[in-house]
Amino acid sequence: MAILSARDQDAVRKEFEKLTGPVKLVVFSQALTAGDLCRQNEDLAREVAALSDKASVEVLNLSIDRERAEAYGVDQVPAIVVEGAQDYGIRFYGIPSGYEFSNLVDSMIVASTGEPALSERTKTSLAALTEPVEIKVFSTPT
Amino acid sequence: MRLAQHMAIASDKVRAVAIEATEFPELSRAYQVMAVPKIVMNDRVQFEGALPEAQFVDAVVRAASGNGKS
Repeated sequence: MAILSARDQDAVRKEFEKLTGPVKLVVFSQALTAGDLCRQNEDLAREVAALSDKASVEVLNLSIDRERAEAYGVDQVPAIVVEGAQDYGIRFYGIPSGYEFSNLVDSMIVASTGEPALSERTKTSLAALTEPVEIKVFSTPT
Repeated sequence: MRLAQHMAIASDKVRAVAIEATEFPELSRAYQVMAVPKIVMNDRVQFEGALPEAQFVDAVVRAASGNGKS
């Protein structure tokens, strides 16, 4: 059974008209750790990616595809890496549902276009960064 | 998460990691997540709730320079 309703699919399909370049969801799963959640996460990623010919999905196993997991810095499941022309460092741990689902869609668009919607002041501040910053955002589905 | 992910696109120094708190209770406990959204930058700068873009990027800069607790 589809996770996304027909109405959600239509809305996302319309949003995906903004995609300009390829975007890939690299999904990490591990049946033994969180089998059901990982399956739901894979299904969601596949349904979303099916809504545009610019979007694709690759499903990897955290315990088997260790080198890829290390390269992406992924150490927990379920996880999704949103990758555009390059890996921009966008990760989703846990199934992106509710409000996070719209962030997943938004991240796919911005990873595809490579054009963030930020003020010039923000861009200038970010361009001056010399050290890496990891921003963790904890949320819940509701 | 939206601001964080746009900043990740803008800068190769920034990573944006969304964590579903109820699916990762240990991580949530470790970071003392009592309310959401909770934002933690480099395990140094942290706050709860949404911030305007200008304050958010200032927090990113503080986290990068390592001189800010908030």
